[in-house]
Amino acid sequence: MTTLAAAPPKSAGSLRWVLSDSWTVARRDLVHWVRNPTVIFSGLAFPIMFVMLYGYVFGSAMVVPGGGDYREFLMPGMFAQSMMFGAAATISVVAADRARGVTERFRSMPMAQSAVVIGRSTADMVNSLLELAVLVGCGLLVGWSANTGFLPTLAAVGLLLLLRFAMIWVGIFLGLIVSPEAAGATWALLFPLTMISNTFVSPSQMPTWLGTVAEWNPLSATVAATRQLFGNAVPELVGESWAAQNALLLAVAWPVLIVAVFLPLAVRRYNSVSR
Amino acid sequence: MGDAVITDGLGKRFGRKQALDGFDLAVPEGTVCGLLGPNGAGKTTAVRVLATLLRADAGRAEVAGHDVAREPARVRRNIGLTGQQATVDDILTGRENLIMWGRLFHLSPRAAARRADELLEQFGLTEAANRRAKLYSGGMRRRLDIASSLVLAPRVFFLDEPTTGLDPRNRGEVWNALRGLVAGGTTVLLTTQYLDEADQLADQIVVLDGGRKVAEGSPSQLKSEIGGDRIDVTLRNAADLPAAAALLARVTGAEAEVDEPMRRVSAPVRDRVAALTGVVVALDGHGLVAEDIGVRRPTLDEVFLRLTGHSAGPAGSLSETKIEVPV
Repeated sequence: MTTLAAAPPKSAGSLRWVLSDSWTVARRDLVHWVRNPTVIFSGLAFPIMFVMLYGYVFGSAMVVPGGGDYREFLMPGMFAQSMMFGAAATISVVAADRARGVTERFRSMPMAQSAVVIGRSTADMVNSLLELAVLVGCGLLVGWSANTGFLPTLAAVGLLLLLRFAMIWVGIFLGLIVSPEAAGATWALLFPLTMISNTFVSPSQMPTWLGTVAEWNPLSATVAATRQLFGNAVPELVGESWAAQNALLLAVAWPVLIVAVFLPLAVRRYNSVSR
Repeated sequence: MGDAVITDGLGKRFGRKQALDGFDLAVPEGTVCGLLGPNGAGKTTAVRVLATLLRADAGRAEVAGHDVAREPARVRRNIGLTGQQATVDDILTGRENLIMWGRLFHLSPRAAARRADELLEQFGLTEAANRRAKLYSGGMRRRLDIASSLVLAPRVFFLDEPTTGLDPRNRGEVWNALRGLVAGGTTVLLTTQYLDEADQLADQIVVLDGGRKVAEGSPSQLKSEIGGDRIDVTLRNAADLPAAAALLARVTGAEAEVDEPMRRVSAPVRDRVAALTGVVVALDGHGLVAEDIGVRRPTLDEVFLRLTGHSAGPAGSLSETKIEVPV
């Protein structure tokens, strides 16, 4: 048997290996995605279906306060919602890796340990970028458009990806805790979280208490901020509360706070994971 | 040549359960040590502590000359680990699996590919190299799993129940792969619930119970200590039991045990073939009709009963830990 010398000592932590190992892990995760038609379907077809259902089925009955096209109002909400739902995908793949012992094997290897989570998040970001591109195309088809020029549009996309990035760490943390069976049920939790927001209707149209919850929902901050940046906002729709008035600030602050809480939690959980 | 694995008073508690309780072990470099015990004896916990996946509460352990608690990164560079489940990536092909692990062991892309081909060859997977692992049989998955742990030819290789859940043919394939590995000089620590598996592969067997070592020795030492093989005779008529027991005792030179509900008498034997022919002839000569006669290895439960004075586990787990070796 050929004997290969072990890797040079102290190499595992160096930046070069962090990048190289992260890329190896990310590539694996992307190959999984490419070879799994059901995941592609739920990742790409599902948001399109949502646009159709909400845009046309509910949309026909929806009246945007102050006038304006409902589908134009809806699309930023759809973008942000799909970023939020991305957490469910992260949870299920992380839980599956853990259940199959793949996580354990990564942990027993002399690789850069941070690469496991960095690779995972890289792959998820690539997926999300694609998903967002499909949704934008879909939005353009149903009459939505970004009306403010290149830089604000770019900033809006940045905010959406920031939310997705934050949700990745929530997803990794939860994926390391729950069983793969339970991971499937996280949809049930995410769904009300995305509904009690300004995604589909303005919080001003909800009962007061629910409207307040909706306005402070991290998702609402991103939705409101991207509506502003895409130029889809109707002035009458912006609520009076501090949260509604400072949507842009909150659209940055919420994801940063979520990362600050869940990234350390996810890393700690990873370091003590057991099957 | 020193010891590749040393543990000294290792302890680990999970809630109320003391999984390891002052566990001592020394595995000389280049040998195979079998950790034998029923479910819950502490085998997996021991392996996980040694593979740096779990921290012990008490005692210390060294693997390949490095302390597992203080230098986990150095330990990881010198070990391979194959857990109870095959951790192969189903969606990747066998070759892609090995290349990925090679890259994560920091081989260059070219070296990783070359090493992958070598391992596929060594483990008889060349033909299946470009098929997705999802389509592999249980034995093939196990072999791919083991190959994945051997990308860097580790000094110490941990195998946690490598053949649990495999059929006899697949078990044989895995055993052959392991023999090849041992011939290459790797130190192997394997856990198993199967006496015959430890017997086949190990130089030294350590029997665990309740998180501590209860017996240790070479397979032949251990077998002579626990009485080796047994002969079972199942009779047609329960009335013949006393006569058959006396007969069995005379042929084997040992006291026979009678199991009335099963209409069975059994006794330890030294020479399998001589005992079998002797008993058949004697039964025939006395006109006793047997429904079944067989020579078998002692079950793990019997080994445990003898070593510890209590049975291997709750009644429900007996069937799982029982070993039947066809004669």
